Amino acid sequence: MAAGQLTKADFQSDQETRWCPGCGDYAILAAVQGFFPELGIPPERIVFVSGIGCAGRFAYYMDTYGMHGIHGRGPALATGLAAARDDLSIWVVTGDGDALSIGGNHLIHALRRNVPVKILLFNNQIYGLTKGQASPTSELGKVTKSTPFGSIDGPFNPVSLALGAEATFVARTIDTDKQHLPAVLRAAAEHDGAALIEIYQNCPVFNDGAFDALRDKTRGAVNRIYLEHGQPIQGVVRGADGALRLGSDGAPVVHDAHRDDPSFAFELSRLSASPDGPTPIGIFRDVARPVSGLELGRQLADARAAADDAALDAALSAGDTWTVS
Amino acid sequence: MKPSDRIGISQGVKATETRERVVVRMAGDSGDGMQLAGSRFTDATAVFGNDLATLPDFPAEIRAPAGTVAGVSAFQIHFASRDIHTPGDAPDVLVAMNPAALRANLGLMRRGATILVNEDAFSVRAVQKAGYSESPLEDGSLDGFTVKRVPMSSLTSAAVKELDGVSSRDAQKAKNLFALGVLSWLYDRPTDVTEKWIRGKFRGPVLDANLAAFRAGWSFGETSELIDVQVKVGRNPEVEPGTYRNINGTEATALGLVAASLKSGLPLVFGAYPITPASDLLHSLSRRQDLGVRTIQAEDEIAAASMALGASFGGALGVTCTSGPGLDLKTETIGLAVMLELPLVVIDVQRAGPSTGMPTKTEQSDLLQALYGRHGESPLPVLAASSPGQCFDAVYEAARIAITYRTPVILLSDLFLANSSEPWRIPSAGGLAAIDPRLRTTCDGTFLPYARDDRLARPWAVPGTPGLAHRVGGLEKADGTGAISYDGANHARMTELRAAKVDGIEVPDVEVEGDGDLLVLGWGSSFGTIRAGARRVRDRGGRVATAHLTHLRPLPANLGEVLRSFERVLVPEMNSGQLAHELRAQYLVDVESFCKVQGQPLLPSELEREIWQRVS
Repeated sequence: MAAGQLTKADFQSDQETRWCPGCGDYAILAAVQGFFPELGIPPERIVFVSGIGCAGRFAYYMDTYGMHGIHGRGPALATGLAAARDDLSIWVVTGDGDALSIGGNHLIHALRRNVPVKILLFNNQIYGLTKGQASPTSELGKVTKSTPFGSIDGPFNPVSLALGAEATFVARTIDTDKQHLPAVLRAAAEHDGAALIEIYQNCPVFNDGAFDALRDKTRGAVNRIYLEHGQPIQGVVRGADGALRLGSDGAPVVHDAHRDDPSFAFELSRLSASPDGPTPIGIFRDVARPVSGLELGRQLADARAAADDAALDAALSAGDTWTVS
Repeated sequence: MKPSDRIGISQGVKATETRERVVVRMAGDSGDGMQLAGSRFTDATAVFGNDLATLPDFPAEIRAPAGTVAGVSAFQIHFASRDIHTPGDAPDVLVAMNPAALRANLGLMRRGATILVNEDAFSVRAVQKAGYSESPLEDGSLDGFTVKRVPMSSLTSAAVKELDGVSSRDAQKAKNLFALGVLSWLYDRPTDVTEKWIRGKFRGPVLDANLAAFRAGWSFGETSELIDVQVKVGRNPEVEPGTYRNINGTEATALGLVAASLKSGLPLVFGAYPITPASDLLHSLSRRQDLGVRTIQAEDEIAAASMALGASFGGALGVTCTSGPGLDLKTETIGLAVMLELPLVVIDVQRAGPSTGMPTKTEQSDLLQALYGRHGESPLPVLAASSPGQCFDAVYEAARIAITYRTPVILLSDLFLANSSEPWRIPSAGGLAAIDPRLRTTCDGTFLPYARDDRLARPWAVPGTPGLAHRVGGLEKADGTGAISYDGANHARMTELRAAKVDGIEVPDVEVEGDGDLLVLGWGSSFGTIRAGARRVRDRGGRVATAHLTHLRPLPANLGEVLRSFERVLVPEMNSGQLAHELRAQYLVDVESFCKVQGQPLLPSELEREIWQRVS
């Protein structure tokens, strides 16, 4: 199939989508399917790997190769796939429970290794598929089925976590933002190495409105702080004490996503503790670092191509040998 | 040694005696280099042409306090002029480098055996540290043993003191080579193999010191009146023609995996997390980049298995390796592999459990976990390796089944197999049966990812193949299409198909050796012990049959008939009777168990005793 002729329909599988009506996942799926033709990669070279949770179903709906894995293990499955194949575009779809709770270890290590996989973290701040328990991104005091008196545990900030895990590409976007979401996907696809994209995703059944301060047209216009490399960050200044803060009382700040030191990106990630007020949206960090196993994979492929029976015989008879006739 | 044996010492020519087999055990502090000395002695013995079997016995602590019983490390070798199958039971000779080594190993020795001690190490303080109140060399506790007191430390120091640049520390560290030299003379081992190794391994003053210590030990054996007889153990004449090397289970497994990769044309992706005693396989394969092996040290056991499975999805031979506690964690991924019907080789180097158990001690207690330890109806093939060298064939067979039938396979090895060594007839690469992965590359009409061939295996279409893009996952599959299905009748059919595929795997019939009313049936690493025990019985006129299982699921088709053709069946195991349980369930045969869970391999003498209790 000539990549230039691809359309959105080429990425739509024949499976009936079965998320709840109004789920933010529909908007993300439409944006991803709409964006992929422009990547120019034939569908058979694309793989979606997912874990468990509502987001996990995503893999069935893309007409690419796909694996709906086990809870939290998507990044590990994808790491193995990437180790075997350097000719694929590998995407992991996960949720806040999948990525940050049961699969937290795999997430941080995939980022640390800089495995060439793009991780889409659908964050709805709730367990949806199991019908409404607190998640590791639920806010302190959140009342859910499992926390009827309010959650006593504070949440993760996924962007801060990813930066702490040495991620080379970290971004945040919003399910319904039809311009911004594809733009972030494009940048992630162009990034060599691991990418983490936190997508604020509304769960209309168990946590409706969690991101209204950003998704709502009027409030969103005020609260979205767009990060664009090389551009001044609107609504963010550096105070006399040297700290970044929200507001206008201080020196203007120009965004630099390519800074090797992650502390600037980390500072940005700490400007908002929860998505109910002004919140940075965009690419926090995008830096170059050696990609896990890229060179090694090529060397090994060459070695294997050259390994014939004689090479195997040599390996089998290494060391001291003796012959009995 | 009887005085009458002490003949021919005049003019420096010592007496010799010929033995059919000898068991030597070397023991010292974990920093004394006993494993190194033992493996050098083993290589020389192998090259000489004896049959042999070895057993390293490590302490649990990496560096337990020096001189304590907890820190004793030992290496045992059994070598013979005929074929043998085990590292032997009671050693004929113990080399004890310090009082703790003597204390830790004396219980294994029969009265009359020889004990070579490093006399220099028996200071008052060292003796107390080992838990003795008085020196065992003086208190009469060694009466009945032939004790040879050799001042190894001071003789080593004397041998190296003239060498340039050799520190007293180098001298102390070389005393294991002195001991090796003494043993090499005592058993008439070729010295060139060892000297060549020393020259290849060390540089500068350390090379000089080790070489000097080894030669000094040899000369001591040759000249000292303490060592009054040289023991000859002739070559084993009953050996199949071929080229041999000495190999342990870990190396044989590594080579088997490399061979399976090259003979199937699939890249080997090996995911592992460090765990005793499986880590050595990761180390070994990590050095095989020259043959295209990709190893990944994963963040945990779960990831190690998942990485292997992810690689298999991409068209690689995905392999993961662990020991008991890690198998618990991999269970979830193995279940996914059952559902995905993709190749995955899982190697479990068993150790004593439950939980952390005894990580440096062997056991065969994961059999039922391998067979049944997953949620849902989750069948998979299970194999077990039977000897160090046989690990090569076992893992090659595991890979063949995994690839051919698109299924996870568990291969059970154990600590004893991983660390023990034996002569191994080197197979020729050209003689290994190629493994055809039959990757699906084309399709007429609609591609059905869960259609099945005559083996009930589904097509393996890897990403990158145009026209065959499909999705797999842990949810139940509709027969044929692989679409998600919650249909009850479909689930029943898929459950049957998954089981029928595994149970339809062709497995060679079990072969019975010998005859009689009693069958001794084993599995895994007890192969050698059972053969040796049965041979002792037969040598004394007893009648006993033996058989061994390498395929645990599916079991050989003739097994039921074999079991029913004997009046009694004895199943020796290093667990509480797991195979016996399985056989009773499968065949309603009243098998008897002989169980041992002491963290040590079964011994031929134990088998001999158990067999005699059941035959007349």
